[in-house]
Amino acid sequence: MAGFPYFPHTEADVRSMLERIGVGKIEDLYADVPKEFVKKGAYALPDAMSEPEVRAWLNALAGMNAKMKVFVGAGAYDHYTPSVIPYITSRSEFLTAYTPYQCEISQGTLRYIFEFQSMVCELTGMDISNASLYDGPTAAAEAMKMAIACTKKKTRVLLSKTLLPHVVKVVETYAKFHGVEIGYVPATDGQTSLEALKAELAKDDVAGVIVPETNRYGIIEDHTGFADAIHAVKALLIEYCDPSTLAVIKTPAEWGADIAVGDGQSLGIPLCFGGPYVGFMGVKKEHMRKMPGRIVGQTTDKDGKRAYVLTLQAREQHIKREKATSNICSNESLMALWVTVYLSLMGPNGLREVNKLSSDGAHYLYDELVKTGKFEEVFPGKPFLKEFVLKPKKFPGLLQRDLEQAGFFAALDTEEGYVSFCVTEQRTKEEIDELVKIVKEG
Amino acid sequence: MKYYDKLVFELSKEGRVGYSLPVNRFPAAPEIPAALRREASLDLPEVSEPDVVRHYTNLSQMNFGVDTGFYPLGSCTMKYNPKINEEVAALPGFAGLHPLEHAGLTKGALKVYQEMEKALAAITGMYAFTFDPCAGAHGELTGLMIMRQYHMMRGDLARTKVIVPDSAHGTNPASAAVCGLEVVEVKSLENGRVDVEALKPLLDGTVAGMMMTNPNTLGLFETQIKEIAELVHGVGGLMYYDGANMNPLMGVVRPGDMGFDIMHLNLHKTFSTPHGGGGPGSGPVGVAEHLVDCLPDIRVSGFHGNFGVILRAYAYILMLGKQNLKKVGQYSVLSANYIKECLKDAYKLPIEGVCKHEFVFDGLVNDGAHDDVHGATTLDVAKRLLDFGFHAPTIYFPLLFHQALMIEPTETESKETIDAFIDVMHKIAAEAAEDPRILQEAPHNAPIKRPDETTAARNPILKFKDTL
Amino acid sequence: MSKIIEGLKYSESHEWVKVEDGLAVIGVTDFAQAEMGDITYVDMPDVDDEVTAGEEFGALESVKAASDLFAPVSGKVVAVNEALDDTPELVNEDAFENWIIKVEMSDPSELDALMDAAAYKASIGE
Repeated sequence: MAGFPYFPHTEADVRSMLERIGVGKIEDLYADVPKEFVKKGAYALPDAMSEPEVRAWLNALAGMNAKMKVFVGAGAYDHYTPSVIPYITSRSEFLTAYTPYQCEISQGTLRYIFEFQSMVCELTGMDISNASLYDGPTAAAEAMKMAIACTKKKTRVLLSKTLLPHVVKVVETYAKFHGVEIGYVPATDGQTSLEALKAELAKDDVAGVIVPETNRYGIIEDHTGFADAIHAVKALLIEYCDPSTLAVIKTPAEWGADIAVGDGQSLGIPLCFGGPYVGFMGVKKEHMRKMPGRIVGQTTDKDGKRAYVLTLQAREQHIKREKATSNICSNESLMALWVTVYLSLMGPNGLREVNKLSSDGAHYLYDELVKTGKFEEVFPGKPFLKEFVLKPKKFPGLLQRDLEQAGFFAALDTEEGYVSFCVTEQRTKEEIDELVKIVKEG
Repeated sequence: MKYYDKLVFELSKEGRVGYSLPVNRFPAAPEIPAALRREASLDLPEVSEPDVVRHYTNLSQMNFGVDTGFYPLGSCTMKYNPKINEEVAALPGFAGLHPLEHAGLTKGALKVYQEMEKALAAITGMYAFTFDPCAGAHGELTGLMIMRQYHMMRGDLARTKVIVPDSAHGTNPASAAVCGLEVVEVKSLENGRVDVEALKPLLDGTVAGMMMTNPNTLGLFETQIKEIAELVHGVGGLMYYDGANMNPLMGVVRPGDMGFDIMHLNLHKTFSTPHGGGGPGSGPVGVAEHLVDCLPDIRVSGFHGNFGVILRAYAYILMLGKQNLKKVGQYSVLSANYIKECLKDAYKLPIEGVCKHEFVFDGLVNDGAHDDVHGATTLDVAKRLLDFGFHAPTIYFPLLFHQALMIEPTETESKETIDAFIDVMHKIAAEAAEDPRILQEAPHNAPIKRPDETTAARNPILKFKDTL
Repeated sequence: MSKIIEGLKYSESHEWVKVEDGLAVIGVTDFAQAEMGDITYVDMPDVDDEVTAGEEFGALESVKAASDLFAPVSGKVVAVNEALDDTPELVNEDAFENWIIKVEMSDPSELDALMDAAAYKASIGE
């Protein structure tokens, strides 16, 4: 049989290694495996492909996916990825490195994670950030567990009904198995209701409350009074946020949050059918030791040089085992690098400009759609940035079909019968005008 | 590797930009109401594009990766990451796909999932897979949720315990605790395998299942696996397979055939996707046919798991095909046994006999301790290896041995690389015998010397503004 | 050889108890701090928390390890040594001088089940 590019072993190598070990053939190294468990017959796998065949086949598969102009957000945003990011993140020293346990030869990874933590703190206003989590929804689930751990003896966590559905689903799954009871806070006029929240808090068993900064209707929520009400019963306020928008709207810290979580995807990470993305978490200093995930800290080496290490490790699974703050070990390190390079390039002004472009485009689309007379406004006058909902007068499926045929992925339906739109800086005025024209004619 | 001492924040100068965005051709949207507007300053760096490129290039040069050199890292399976995987994962037809696009628009992506499920089922003997988990520990947690869901769906609510061997990965008990299960530890025998007699009294109607790694963390095949599975099944429990050590079984043994009901795989170990300095990974979970109904209600990530990672693993499996699968297992086992035999004169081998993909030494035969000079420890050996261009092995794990040094080569390392590693390990052992201080002060050539971790933990500095 | 003080009570999990003004003053032994190495954090309960003899009430942490603290007696926590929040190394400097919590005992007879200095000394093989 011909050689295989990932196996360097020649027949002579194998022979001499077997000889050194003192066995006759490679199968003898499995002599301790009971015979009945050694697979007989061929595996039901395809024949090996050559690299050109793999390339051709995967290009064909990629071609089977429709190429759409994306006018949907709902937790995954089509923001621009500057070309520097994939260039840097594909450097093999970053891409093929292991978790930075051997800090002396991992200063590159440790330094960018330290920068990432600094940037998460800067955006959210929180004191402490970890090295990242899997994605936004799991970060919310970790925050839920943390609220339980921080408040002792309390067993209930409240979720706002205005959170995105994919976040709720994951938090509910974790809650079910972790033994956390979930309560829900309904919305009034498109935003989490403070009155309803207070009624739930009065039951005195609430450990934490998760509310979105920009919600499933795209509305920027007003959380005035939330922190006071929540802290009055010694529960934690957890703000779920889209980090890109934090350049312009109130930070979780400004709302008085104890924990800020969200998904870093909106900071330069491609849509990629839902992953890999990167969850983040920022907390107040007093909750530092209850935080899940890796944390990088600055110190000095023996010669006094500035150095970075994984720190506060006594919280983690490899030391605390079943008493750890979480079972998490790998984070989404390379995706944290995507975010860090993105924020380095954008800076404060670039990020504000992304928000301005997206928001101006979204408001333009909103106004033009309303003008067609084909929609009812659901939350007139409510502030939004890049996302909004409208109620179509015709069946959403028909609207989507018309748009889809023209190459638009837009008007995602919600469970209330609304449709949601999202505009990022990648959407041009021509695209928006075309979308509106299709709606008008449909 | 050379030391470089900057943070990107320190390159910042007001007025510099590193971005290029389209001209705004829209009418201005209404201002954000004052009560909802950010008031805090936003102190992100202001740097130019060349600043950014040079900064991160310099950072990268303080890093070791698989493309730099050999990782003999036990239980982590740091194999070569093929470059075709990267190329296909970046194709715009995949990278531009929104996760909420429906099946009619995402036929190619869905085909990847279907084909991956078939392939992983064939390789493992499982029936169906969920691809939601984003890492190994995440897969474990998901698998345990499935285990509990199975019992709950049968109304069997008394099952609150999960049995875990004392040699298990630390994530096993941590995942069990997050899943609301109580961990019961079962001891290992002198020969490193699970003590079946110690297991028996732990088994009753409160056991949800047992988690096992096979081969275990000592690289030893659990020869009594059949009996263990029968005992656990006998009391109504399920068997969970921790796939961290799947590499030696590739193409030779299937967990499903050994009686396991649930398992996870680490695509970023066994299936060649890059580790990325600690993620993104992917930890798909496979189940036997009788557990398929437990899958749908369990949602552990926002959308469809780490699709980009799954794509890379798919490319790898296509390259391997049925013809090369077996070589993965065989060559990894061959290399591990070869290193073990070559080094056991200088390092203590606590358990003799054939190993699988990894094995554990318990420190140096001669650590050089004399008079008032302390002997060299496993940590010292690990740090000294860095000076010679090798990553360190996994150290102080498993906890069964005081000076554990856990070595795992993979099938992608050549005999020349392995021989060079063996030579260096001998050289280090000789240095230790002569003067352990050479090891204790290592690394000597890395970008930094050993850092002060105690101060880092006592007075945490965790962000740039803490340094000002 | 580690320091052991006569007249105190000791637990198998290396905590010491000194009865002072009717309160149980609790810390860890010199042997325990030496085993841990550089202590980086002392996880302590809150004032007014209840502790139960034989059950954990906190933990000592070093860079690479964590060790639970077990209450030698039951009762209500009336004070925690706040100095340890910022300077956990005090436990390394003098484990007997730097107590961790003070407890209002619910059952002082639990003290009888603890070891005296000689028995503790024997238990750690010194």
